[in-house]
Amino acid sequence: MNLRLIKQRFMLHLDPILMSGLGALLLVSLLTLYSASGGNEMRVFGQLGNIAIGFVALWIVANMPLHWLMRIAVPIYVLGMLMLIGVALFGEISHGARRWLNLGFMNFQPSELMKIAVPLMMAWYFEKHEATLTMKNYVIATLLLLMPVALILRQPDLGTSILIAASGFYVLFLAGLSWRIIGGLLVGAAASAPFLWNMLHDYQRHRILMLFDPSQDALGKGYHTIQGMIAVGSGGLLGKGYMQGTQTHLEFLPERTTDFIFAVWSEEFGFVGNLFLLGLFAFVIGRGFMITAAASTYFTRLMAGSITLTFFTYAFVNMGMVSGILPVVGVPLPLVSYGGTSMLTLLLGFGVLMSIHTHQRLVKT
Amino acid sequence: MTPNVELKNHQRERYLFSLRLIFCLGFVAVLLAILVARTFYLQVWKHEYFDTMAESNRIFVVPIVPNRGVITDRHGEVLARNYAGYTLELTPEKIPDLNATIAEIGKLVEIKPKDLRRFRKLMSERRSLQTLPVKTRLTDEELARFAAQRYRFPGVEIKARLFREYPLSETTSHLLGYIGRINQQELDDLEKKNLAGNYMGSDYIGKTGIEERYEKEMHGVTGFEQIEVDAGGRAVRMLSRTPPQSGKDLRLTLDAELQKVAEEAFGDYRGALVAIDPSNGEILSFVSKPGYDPNLFIDGIDTESWDALNNSPDVPLNNRALRGQYPPGSTIKPFMALTGLHYDVRSPGFSISDPGYYMLPGSSHQYRDWKTGGHGRVDLFKSIVVSCDTYYYGLATELGIDRMHEYLEQFGFGKQTGIDLKGETSGLLPSTEWKRKRYEQIWYPGDTVSAGIGQGYNLVTPLQLAFATAILANDGVAYKPHLVKEIQHAPDEKQAQPEPLYDLHIPAEHLALVKGAMQAVVKPGGTAVGAFWGVPYPVAGKTGTAQVIGMKQGEKYDEDKVSEYNRDHAWFIAFAPADKPRIALAVLAENGGHGGSTAAPIARKVLDYYLLGKKPKPLQKVIEKEGAEDD
Repeated sequence: MNLRLIKQRFMLHLDPILMSGLGALLLVSLLTLYSASGGNEMRVFGQLGNIAIGFVALWIVANMPLHWLMRIAVPIYVLGMLMLIGVALFGEISHGARRWLNLGFMNFQPSELMKIAVPLMMAWYFEKHEATLTMKNYVIATLLLLMPVALILRQPDLGTSILIAASGFYVLFLAGLSWRIIGGLLVGAAASAPFLWNMLHDYQRHRILMLFDPSQDALGKGYHTIQGMIAVGSGGLLGKGYMQGTQTHLEFLPERTTDFIFAVWSEEFGFVGNLFLLGLFAFVIGRGFMITAAASTYFTRLMAGSITLTFFTYAFVNMGMVSGILPVVGVPLPLVSYGGTSMLTLLLGFGVLMSIHTHQRLVKT
Repeated sequence: MTPNVELKNHQRERYLFSLRLIFCLGFVAVLLAILVARTFYLQVWKHEYFDTMAESNRIFVVPIVPNRGVITDRHGEVLARNYAGYTLELTPEKIPDLNATIAEIGKLVEIKPKDLRRFRKLMSERRSLQTLPVKTRLTDEELARFAAQRYRFPGVEIKARLFREYPLSETTSHLLGYIGRINQQELDDLEKKNLAGNYMGSDYIGKTGIEERYEKEMHGVTGFEQIEVDAGGRAVRMLSRTPPQSGKDLRLTLDAELQKVAEEAFGDYRGALVAIDPSNGEILSFVSKPGYDPNLFIDGIDTESWDALNNSPDVPLNNRALRGQYPPGSTIKPFMALTGLHYDVRSPGFSISDPGYYMLPGSSHQYRDWKTGGHGRVDLFKSIVVSCDTYYYGLATELGIDRMHEYLEQFGFGKQTGIDLKGETSGLLPSTEWKRKRYEQIWYPGDTVSAGIGQGYNLVTPLQLAFATAILANDGVAYKPHLVKEIQHAPDEKQAQPEPLYDLHIPAEHLALVKGAMQAVVKPGGTAVGAFWGVPYPVAGKTGTAQVIGMKQGEKYDEDKVSEYNRDHAWFIAFAPADKPRIALAVLAENGGHGGSTAAPIARKVLDYYLLGKKPKPLQKVIEKEGAEDD
């Protein structure tokens, strides 16, 4: 095999359009991280490492035939549920939350696995019952979703449980859950809000309250939101310039390399930079929708749709929280925030998307 | 289920899925649009607001206090200066148990009961979050001891500051006044005048005297450093620095050596002395005895010292030169003489026969002369030399009070001189209109009689009398009395330019007559010959006695019988050299008795020093009476 063939084999299951969108977002990530960390190369190299691991996972999954994905759906879901129960019973506590499972050789956060496993399981389930869906199927699928969400909410991890609930809901929605039931669910959610409110931890309640009036607690809980909005707002039309953000570099902005990295970008590149960034997200999401629309099986359609919409939800919740229209829930900006686990999960998801796209293309030809 | 149904379901499902996907696409588009709108709102619409917030986050403004201007006398001797020192200051709000903390500090640094009392007083009048000194002027050793332990005392800090000091202490107290810590009322005042920004770092403000009057000039302009700080409050770098502009130095017209001589000349007497250069209004000496130590007031005076000053029968806090109002007594006579000549009521050759008393036509009430039996034949010249009361009783009656008022007012009586000090009183020059307004009474002829010898309603301040003497010395050309000769770097038009206020156009022969008589006052036969025996320069003077208590008809004043505080006040006015005056002055010795025996010797010492450079020996209170009796 010559070099061209190797390259061809390597690229065979990668979607070049999606790859370019992801690549651009990852470049934004590295660029912003360098500034957010105050010119610390180690952060950039660390993120490069995260990207490398994620990309290997992406490549492997992208090369997986679709029926393999179908086959592993149930085992992964069962494994994930077992680990979540394990976390609830024996999990490591850090920062007041029980999220991590000590596997002896590494600490693992099973909730991250469920971001893929839950939609995978639900898509598999709907595929099994394709074309004969009855009310019962929706109920069972909903239960498959609610069990892990409840466990994660208890850890407590509001951000992750919202994202997983969203990804599962997207499967239900795309699978054709009737509008009447959706309406009923919304009414039910509104009705149970006071009950859910009681379920929330104090700090979560506080964060939601702060959304409505962050200035009430400007030095306490509202500090994150206020400083984020100041960073974004002071960026102006064109931004303060790369490495010139005062909110970032004088450390007024909290969580600069993780949850609030959007504020760093906004401060230094302004409204124009934000339009560019939102454009990049729209490009990746748009490509995700195209892949979804072209997917050949019920399973792949549901899976691709859920992955795309979940990715969007990630981005929207994060930017909404930094710009002060959503509560601070601890969701990173997908592909841009520093972090190995979320990078891995996200790129795994895009691996699935590419697999769906490239394998059916092969089937067609 | 038949395959057909399934296929149909399959198609239906696909169709349904497409609808749902399109709905999702719309959902995503709407939310993205919301994000765009939100960032537009934050970054473009509200940009200025958030930019200001970001700037105030990072920029910390530190005021740099300007150095207060230094005050010197006319020859450059320093009267008020600044020196660097350390204080131990604490912020009461930051300290939970004040007493315990002070007790702990007391183990490291000596805190005197006086310091504690002052601290308590400051506590009661402090502004919020103000730091208060618990100990001023730390020694190097105390500084080192406290610095090593300072971690134990949150809310307590060492401050390096410039302190104000008045080296001449009491000698210049009434003149310079003092600065003190800014109180709430002064702060409100500054805010009203929009000056609070300029006092952001200042702890002190001029409270009285020159320090108060020239506060604006001497304070200077506060500078600012803009410092970039990070979220932890650490300074990252300096962004800009507007240096402070030091307060302007003042050069006074005062002659400090003369001031010291004048103050010493009073000995134990209370009183006041104001000496003016008649040719330009410059005040050469401005004494009010007793004085007080202005240095006590700077960091807040402790209650005990305050009570001692405030309750003393000698009222040392009263600025007698500026605010003390006394009957002028016979010192009014030269001015009365000029009034009589001006209105042509008296001519130089006119004389009376003095029986020792005066009676108003149609009245049997006797207005007595100070000399029983009278002075014999008295013309205008002699009336001044021997201070004949009877002559002036008659003159006043013929002039009438309103003509007296009209002319004497031009010598500055009855109104403020306009000196550059605050709180000047205006004395009292009576008139029929004044009495009507003040008492709703008509003016009686008897009122005029006593006004003729500077008694009755008449009141003057030592400053006013010195001003009047200066006008006379300068042949009727008046210059406004002033204390500041030069303000450093001030534009020329702001400098106190000695411009004449007005000219009385007194005929030369009137001046020659009155000035000649005043020169004879210090010569044999005059009322002040004792004090001026052997004086080598020509002096013109006039003695005066201001009654403190009234004497009943037929009763004779006896110095030994009245208590010290009820004794007459002694006046003396003078200018010298008489032919070309360089100095004009008024001396008041409270309860000093006769002007010739107590006030005139004080004037002699001041004149001797100023004209001859001769320093006198300290004065003794009891002075032998020499030569002629005074009035």
